[in-house]
Amino acid sequence: MFKILEKTALNPTVTKMVVDAPLIAKKAEPGQFIIFRATEDGERVPLTIADFDREKGTVTIIFQIVGGATMELNTLEQGECIHDFVGPLGTPSHVEGLKKVCVVGGGVGCAIAYPIAKKLHSLGREVHSVVGFRNKDLLILEDEFRAASDKLVIMTDDGSYGEKGLVTAALERLITEGNEYDEVIAIGPLVMMKFVCAVTKKYGVKTVVSMNPIMIDGTGMCGGCRLTVGGETKFACVDGPDFDGHQVDFDEAMSRGSMYRDFEQKARDSFCNLMKKEVE
Amino acid sequence: MAQRNMSNEKCPMPSQDPKVRARNFDEVALGYTYEMAVGEARRCLNCKNKPCVGACPVAIDIPAFIERVANEDMEGAFEIISQSSALPAVCGRVCPQENQCEGKCVRGIKGESVGIGRLERFVADWHREHSSEAPAMPKPNGHKVAIVGAGPSGLTAAGDLAKMGYKVTVYEALHTAGGVLVYGIPEFRLPKAIVQKEIDNLKAIGVDIETNMVIGKVLTVDELFEMGNEAVFIGSGAGLPRFMNIPGESLKGVYSANEYLTRVNLMKAYRPDSKTPIKKSSKVAVVGGGNVAMDAARSAMRLGADTVYIVYRRGMEELPARKEEVEHAMEEGIIFKTLNNPVEILGDENGFVRGIRCIEMELGEPDASGRRRPVEKPGSEFELEVDTVIMSIGTSPNPLIRSTTPGLETNRHGCIVTQGEDGLTSREGVYAGGDAVTGAATVILAMGAGKNAAKAIDAYIKSKN
Repeated sequence: MFKILEKTALNPTVTKMVVDAPLIAKKAEPGQFIIFRATEDGERVPLTIADFDREKGTVTIIFQIVGGATMELNTLEQGECIHDFVGPLGTPSHVEGLKKVCVVGGGVGCAIAYPIAKKLHSLGREVHSVVGFRNKDLLILEDEFRAASDKLVIMTDDGSYGEKGLVTAALERLITEGNEYDEVIAIGPLVMMKFVCAVTKKYGVKTVVSMNPIMIDGTGMCGGCRLTVGGETKFACVDGPDFDGHQVDFDEAMSRGSMYRDFEQKARDSFCNLMKKEVE
Repeated sequence: MAQRNMSNEKCPMPSQDPKVRARNFDEVALGYTYEMAVGEARRCLNCKNKPCVGACPVAIDIPAFIERVANEDMEGAFEIISQSSALPAVCGRVCPQENQCEGKCVRGIKGESVGIGRLERFVADWHREHSSEAPAMPKPNGHKVAIVGAGPSGLTAAGDLAKMGYKVTVYEALHTAGGVLVYGIPEFRLPKAIVQKEIDNLKAIGVDIETNMVIGKVLTVDELFEMGNEAVFIGSGAGLPRFMNIPGESLKGVYSANEYLTRVNLMKAYRPDSKTPIKKSSKVAVVGGGNVAMDAARSAMRLGADTVYIVYRRGMEELPARKEEVEHAMEEGIIFKTLNNPVEILGDENGFVRGIRCIEMELGEPDASGRRRPVEKPGSEFELEVDTVIMSIGTSPNPLIRSTTPGLETNRHGCIVTQGEDGLTSREGVYAGGDAVTGAATVILAMGAGKNAAKAIDAYIKSKN
């Protein structure tokens, strides 16, 4: 059992939890993930680690309330326990040789993009960040990104904060202004990562994406998280979750991600109406 | 002395009607009654050379326990089995007895062998239902051992070492202990309550089981030594599923058998209130011919499919699954498309499976394994209309341990290399057994390996101190 030390609503659909998990905190690196089961009969769901504190022995998760499992997790309060919490799983993001990067985060994906920006910044590398949200109310981690970036561009779809438009527009502008990035690290919805890759491919900038497919065990056992990368089958849980974005078959990943859409809809509908909030 | 039963046939196993059981997850085989067990036990000749014992990977004194059953001393029978086997209720259900003890039974020469597996199951079940006595806590010897993986080999090693007085901690990656016994083998063949009871018995003798611990990630083998363990046993299994690398394997509705069975068994997707989804299929093709393929096919039928095919590239005679499993599957209406091999999985406009294209095969010359090699018949391709495909063509050992344990030798298949029977690896104090060493095999072979390793670990630690 893993105790929730802090719980904060970052916006109406995104929650941050700081969880007591000293063994995981000791080993966690940016890019890795955990699998939780909120209750004894809950579903196993992966979440990328948003932050960790080795000294305090805590792991931070930030999640969007999208389906039955995240709704269930969100019912747990500070002081209560998450039934199962296993990690750190997956391969850490690589940072060697990167001098100047652009970190692109979309929506709740910013929670996953943040630790890698923070790590690179702490290593003295030049970090530009582009974060995008649908509107001002959904904005998260602004202060954190500001502290971890040499340059920060905030985009909103409706222009209610920062600049109006998509992250791809800001990224393309930064590249054409002459910023030579060793790597672009894009983390967000599949469609965002797909279009970020389309931009960077045009300019020949290496791009790493973090994939978050359907998964059960997270240790390579089920194969449910398989992706096609460069024509080969890869398991996101052990080979990733970071992959070369120019090699990932996003259309296939988007299709596979919709496998249980009907079931998820039912899970949402069967949940208490009070719990339902605007969900993308 | 009880009267010998000279019937040439073994007492049949009472089981659920095939039409009924094909739609529920309750156990198929119902078990012998007391009278059936005693009657069957009296078929044993109690012969002097005991060929059955030599054919048992954990060397249970089979004639001795059967004699107790014949004399209606069920607790005595249980004690004899317990000296050799940590999981009798499990083995009585899932061992391939026809190739082991029963395959060597003298009664099998002129008729049917004694139903050793069924008797073992009866004794274990009888004990579970009638004995409330908690197992005695062994006297601690002051030494610590870590076990990686709470499957059949790890649990066996843990039980044996705990009985010798070791402080044993078992680290399990999943949220429930049991390994393949809980994620792989379905409820209708091995009720999970029975596995849980066996695990509770281990806890009662002082074994600590730590779930949610992925060794190689949260702790390494080296850190287990730093924590004061004097030896480590690796029983991490062979969990990595293989695919065929044919077009269409990424379509929605294509599962590895591991994923399908894990959803059904570990995550209880067969229950209407389960929070884990599984596809509602009407026509299913399971690719492969082993026990896992039979489990997947029979699970799909129970989840409501109206047509379930087994697609296997060799013939009925070559099916690697146990004969009893194949017979059960046939009784339940599974259709065997043997001598057929998939070449492509076909999708609809939304990316869901709509069919599987296969090619007919014929058996050619024997290959390196001695089995006749299947060869494609040119021009024989055909389509089967299905909405779900389950790939059950084998698994490989997980790389998490070997990639994080310096000096641990593995072969080109990723299996851990051990020296001889006792499971010693290329690292001092590190032992391994089960599927992590052999590649996918059986529960009882894994248990045998756990048993041998426990003996070797005890000898190693004693020699050091």
